[in-house]
Amino acid sequence: MNKPQLKKEQFILDDINRQIITATQSGLPLVSRPYDAIAERIGVDANEVISRMKTMQENGIIRRIAAVPNHYALGYKGNGMSVWDVPSELVNKLGEQVGALDFVSHCYHRPRFLPEWPYNLFAMVHAHNRDEALLLVEKIADVLGEYDRGHDVLFSKQILKKTGMRLL
Amino acid sequence: MMNDLDKKIINCLQDGIPLIDEPYAEIAKQLNINETELLQRIKTLLENKTLSRFGPMYDAAKLGGDFSLVAIKVPETRFNEVTEIVNSYEEVAHNYHREHEFNMWYVLATETAQRIEEVNNSIEERTGLKVYNMPKLDEYYIGLKLIA
Repeated sequence: MNKPQLKKEQFILDDINRQIITATQSGLPLVSRPYDAIAERIGVDANEVISRMKTMQENGIIRRIAAVPNHYALGYKGNGMSVWDVPSELVNKLGEQVGALDFVSHCYHRPRFLPEWPYNLFAMVHAHNRDEALLLVEKIADVLGEYDRGHDVLFSKQILKKTGMRLL
Repeated sequence: MMNDLDKKIINCLQDGIPLIDEPYAEIAKQLNINETELLQRIKTLLENKTLSRFGPMYDAAKLGGDFSLVAIKVPETRFNEVTEIVNSYEEVAHNYHREHEFNMWYVLATETAQRIEEVNNSIEERTGLKVYNMPKLDEYYIGLKLIA
């Protein structure tokens, strides 16, 4: 992986960056020259907007500029949180391997609560149905091999609350 | 309904678009369509909610603030009551009912790390149930391509 050219600390959330984020957090304008439209709205030059957003991308503040599909609209109805007990000293290496699988959307290392909760690696899987999701979980188990000391899958039963996170 | 072109567009846009003056023209060229058609299709896909959003994906944690995933084992007979308490906090951004002994999973998004602890303590006090705070310690991947 390429190292970012600038360190995170060098990013300053000044007023213009704030305005760029506010202007784009609900979406990129759907016009031929979207950055001109943003620039006009906040009263700076389009090159300035692009260059600042490039810096944010290099710093990982912008992960990417992309579409997020609605899982259900694309027919993905088997969405499960798979959780794994793997050796602590290997969690980073194994997390990278699991995160690299093309059907895993989020992969995190989280704390255990022994003895009730032995799992320290979380990987969200998305499939068209539950059976297909369970097959994907088995693929993760294959990747982890002997380091899979136990796992479980938690399917969602109901969304109790879901609000858009406001960034600023 | 989605046609084959919509599917191609969805698959392509999930990879990310370049940060250039005229990104849609560039993507349209790759898809062998014209820019106007691409823009119209994206608008429709957003309107009919096939796409949840389209634009820069910000890493909220890097903009300050703090996040955590928290689990509770809620007795089924108390599920509605506890849901009401947990959902009443504006810091609770998401809350899911999952099939497991640990059956309630909520995401906290707060301005400070201290506030995570305050909200969790308050929920513990009001529900009398133990909360299991599981903030991410490391992140390996975020993002997924769902093939349309």
